[in-house]
Amino acid sequence: MATPGVTVNGRSRSLAGVPPHTTALDWLRGLGLTGAKEGCAEGECGTCSVLVARPDGEGTRWTALNACLVPAVALDGQEVVTAEGLGTPADLHPVQRELATRGGSQCGYCTPGFVCSMAAEFYRRDRVDTPPDDEHGPNGFDLHALGGNLCRCTGYRPIRDAAYALGAPSPEDPLAARLHRPAPAPAPTRVDDPTGGFARPRDLAEALDLLREHPDARAVAGCTDWGVEVNLRGARAPYVVALDHLPELRGLSVPAAPGAGFEIGAALSLSEVESALAGRIPLLAEVFPLFASRLIRNAATIGGNLATASPIGDLAPALLALEATVVLVSAEGDREVPLDGFFTGYRESQLRPGELIRAVRLPQPLAGLTAFHKIAKRRYDDISSVAVAFALDVVDGEIARARVGLGGVAAVPIRARATEAALEGRPWSADTVRTAAGVLRGEGTPMDDHRASAAYRSAMLEQALLRLRADHADDEGEVPA
Amino acid sequence: MSDLSRRPPDAAVGIEMPHESAALHVTGAAMYTDDLVVRTRDCLHAHPVQAPHAHARVTALRAAPALDVPGVVHVLTAADVPGRNDAGVRDDEPLFPTEVMFHGHAVCWVLAESPEAARLGAAAVEVDYEPLPAVLRVTEAIAAESFQGARPTVERGDVERGLASSAHVFSGVTETAGQEHFYLETQCSLAHVDEAGQVFVQSSTQHPTETQEVVAHVLGLRDHHVTVQSLRMGGAFGGKEMQPHGYAAIAALGAVVTGRPVRVRLTRTQDLTMTGKRHGFHTAWRVGFDTDGRLRALDATLTSDGGWSLDLSEPVLARALCHVDNAYWIPDVRLHGRIARTHKASSTAFRGFGGPQGMMVIEDILGRCAPLLGVDPTELRRRNFYTEGQATPYGQVVRHPERLGLVWDQVLANGRVAERRAEITAFNAAHPHAKRGLAVTPVKFGIAFNFKAFNQAGALVHVYKDGSVLINHGGTEMGQGLHTKMLQAAATTLGVPLARVRLAPTRTDKVPNTSATAASSGADLNGAAVKHACEQIRARLDELAARRELGWEDLVREAYLGRVQLWAAGFYRTEGLEWDPARMQGHPFKYFAYGAAAAEVEVDGFTGAYRTRRVDIVHDVGDSLSPLVDLGQIEGGFVQGAGWLTLEDLRWDESDGPARGRLATQAASTYKLPSLGELPEAFHVSLLRGAHEDGVVYGSKAVGEPPLMLALSVREAIRAAVAAFGHEGGVVELPSPATPEAVFWAIERARLGSATGQAVPAGTGVD
Repeated sequence: MATPGVTVNGRSRSLAGVPPHTTALDWLRGLGLTGAKEGCAEGECGTCSVLVARPDGEGTRWTALNACLVPAVALDGQEVVTAEGLGTPADLHPVQRELATRGGSQCGYCTPGFVCSMAAEFYRRDRVDTPPDDEHGPNGFDLHALGGNLCRCTGYRPIRDAAYALGAPSPEDPLAARLHRPAPAPAPTRVDDPTGGFARPRDLAEALDLLREHPDARAVAGCTDWGVEVNLRGARAPYVVALDHLPELRGLSVPAAPGAGFEIGAALSLSEVESALAGRIPLLAEVFPLFASRLIRNAATIGGNLATASPIGDLAPALLALEATVVLVSAEGDREVPLDGFFTGYRESQLRPGELIRAVRLPQPLAGLTAFHKIAKRRYDDISSVAVAFALDVVDGEIARARVGLGGVAAVPIRARATEAALEGRPWSADTVRTAAGVLRGEGTPMDDHRASAAYRSAMLEQALLRLRADHADDEGEVPA
Repeated sequence: MSDLSRRPPDAAVGIEMPHESAALHVTGAAMYTDDLVVRTRDCLHAHPVQAPHAHARVTALRAAPALDVPGVVHVLTAADVPGRNDAGVRDDEPLFPTEVMFHGHAVCWVLAESPEAARLGAAAVEVDYEPLPAVLRVTEAIAAESFQGARPTVERGDVERGLASSAHVFSGVTETAGQEHFYLETQCSLAHVDEAGQVFVQSSTQHPTETQEVVAHVLGLRDHHVTVQSLRMGGAFGGKEMQPHGYAAIAALGAVVTGRPVRVRLTRTQDLTMTGKRHGFHTAWRVGFDTDGRLRALDATLTSDGGWSLDLSEPVLARALCHVDNAYWIPDVRLHGRIARTHKASSTAFRGFGGPQGMMVIEDILGRCAPLLGVDPTELRRRNFYTEGQATPYGQVVRHPERLGLVWDQVLANGRVAERRAEITAFNAAHPHAKRGLAVTPVKFGIAFNFKAFNQAGALVHVYKDGSVLINHGGTEMGQGLHTKMLQAAATTLGVPLARVRLAPTRTDKVPNTSATAASSGADLNGAAVKHACEQIRARLDELAARRELGWEDLVREAYLGRVQLWAAGFYRTEGLEWDPARMQGHPFKYFAYGAAAAEVEVDGFTGAYRTRRVDIVHDVGDSLSPLVDLGQIEGGFVQGAGWLTLEDLRWDESDGPARGRLATQAASTYKLPSLGELPEAFHVSLLRGAHEDGVVYGSKAVGEPPLMLALSVREAIRAAVAAFGHEGGVVELPSPATPEAVFWAIERARLGSATGQAVPAGTGVD
């Protein structure tokens, strides 16, 4: 195995001797690249955003990531570009020029992070074809690309204007040219350090071997949860196994026939899943923009989100409503378990030692009437007080089938079974909904905390169903042809 | 027109230009204090040992186990302090406390070769505590009479008579939340010992001189042994006016004790748990109106949450009392203030410095009382504006009160407010589950430090033989664009192109005895000092130029050869200020900054969530020194203010359990500030035209703080939208912050037609 290293701003940099818990941010700063900065160390502020070359079909996508969450050694073999690599004060990159001249920086501390997040969207190949709307500029720029970057000074208006003023990358732009070549192949990595080991196995078999050899190993993918544990709570693992590049965990199959289901590889990032599904599962399409931020979605994987078994985990309520199953894999082979029941307690699941989530399966046909309601203090990039996912089939005015997934009201994400029962077999009417909403209000065991009171959480459950009815009063829920 | 405010033709001031460091910001080349650390050899890293109690006595501290952790070099304790063990300027903030006064209070600091070793070392330090009872809420402090510092009263006329003669009297309570600064760059200092025992501290500080003084007294040195440099700050907002001193002192003390450079950089959670925040306030009030809805009398007691020590609580309270009137004439007034002592981090300066909290009282009163008076809130506000010749409750005649009417009328016109009200009424009638609301609020904000001595500034300007210019001044750059304005001021006064002028970072060995860059006064004070220095140089050169026609470079070279002094120190003190803090009367402000905002929101009846659909602002910045910078201050201040009022939610563990006093929102994942999604969908800001301010540098006005309070329009717009869910004329009480949950419950109350605890006729109300 070659000495680990990363190409940073076109220059090869060695990772030799870098301890496995050193974040990419600290490592880059140690190289003197101090443009990326620490603002929160938990992927909430984007001040540490950098660009990483990631696969995009046959080519590459410049993907913005929170460098504070990724271990430096996890970037072995990859290509990274920082704000310093995009341009210099004498020769500004188009993104830098728009931000600088329009008053997009005041104190400037968050600015290199904004530059990288904005550059990723600048280079998005299908950007210019995106029609403008409330969240897309005339140039197709998706404002959600900046949802994970905080600025305390400007109030964001000049940043939005800078984003919307960007043209297309010039043909001579080397980073634009880079999009047409494949992303770097994943590098198998082994790091042994007195403070712990890190491995990026070549394939699933090697990953399972490693987990058997190191029963106390921590399996990671995007590190968006583990990175927070490391940075904020001082968690350290004797061994870390990185799964995010395993080819066996990165497939996505869209059913050709109506009867077949979807299978989504556990190690695909949420951004990759969002892009590959392209709205085919409307309920998930509603969830993605509300799930953390683009910076997080670029790293966080669907398998990781389920394996952490968070009581909130916005994806879980939606997947419960969609009656997902998870495919677990170990040396003994695959087993498929329903997601309903997969979570066994606060941050606990049916995953056995040495076992991984390989994929998530979603059966067809999809419910006709779906909706996702996330209640939080902030519209975007906030943790839900309550999340409610509905998947209903309304046939001839009657609710033939109802699945309701809830997050934030119990130790684990749950199905609202009493509510489902109060809906199923009844007419899709105001009366049914009023009664069922009252039942929904009583589901779970919500708590009082800094996000919301228990009373508000319960009220929001009730309101969610009332809103569903208000939004879809005339909706028969037929799947459009 | 005064010489100070006269602007020459073709001036560099007034040019719309980006921040002077913008190209450095966007390329990552701009350096902040912590960026120096990787460029510093042999640096040690400090980590605090934070107490897990809100109030406790330290009965034993055993540092030895930390020294067994590989990489740990030293544990700093009170025993290391050669000077005074105090992190502040009032002798009430021990750097190493024996009595823990808030959850997370640092009792000692571990120095180690790496941040990781310092963290592990801190975990190894053994501390024994004897827990003591803790007071957390202001209401608990009021009940326990736990107060600190001065208890001033601003009084005019006879408030009891005024209330007795009022046609309508209402009473109520207004609670105002605190706010975390959340500057993106946390507190940071890097210290080393130069030759001959000189201590050099790089600190992210708004007040380098006071940081220098605190470092010196902790080290037992005279001030001339200590130099503090503030390179630039990654945001400050008042949070780096007094808060940096202790961390700078730890770094400096560590450097002196170990002989190595020492870095203190707080993690976000350390910063959130240890540093001060905006003061929360509790205000009980009685207000009287005449039959026309004109304010007759106001009696209010404002109690601020000072936290564990005084810090800046007294001047913050004074400014709060001086801004309860906002834009309104109130004949009989009694405003009483006091500072609660609670077991929380010590509250401190935050953009507006008490002004927002004071102003919120009267805006809350007007918002709650308008339906009881049967007067439209916009009309009620307009009707009560100051007019020419009227004075504030503290006795200062309001200069340019007509500008209130000007900005107000322009906002109504620019925002098509009358037309949009009709659209909103139609929308609300058609939408049972969503309601829109529009509100207009004014701002009148006094400019100058209440503490008279701070109203002075210095500058040092060098012209080198090649004609290049280097300026230093006492102000610090935190993103507000002060340095940009100073470059423009210097180029204007010297009459040279902007490209000739460079600005060096703020250092206490260049300009001594500086005031905090605060109170929005940075450009007023330092601009005048820079101008004064440049004028001296210009005058000397003009003598020479009178004899011979020369270009700038030749002129400078000739001057040097002719032994003309090419550098100068500038000085400025604001004239005309008088303030009697005992009587709370005088003329504390140089002038007032005015503005008005119209905000429209849409509130969702299912959840209480809201969006700001449109904001129109007209703001008075005098003749702008730098329009793009001023626009940025207005927009940024507004969004920050809206965050304070509607989103940002500090929560402490208020249970009686073992974590009592612990900040529950101690990370970016739990303390939410506005993100791009909170940007008003349409945001139109214009500067009041023809607003020359006589007697201020180049006719400009201060801009840093006043726009924050324009965000009160958002809160009032939410109130209007919530009211639309209820019956006509209902009173809406909004908690602070008006989070979606708080708004949802307000909607529920509006729907039921009740508003418990709302403004009610005095005598029947529950305060």
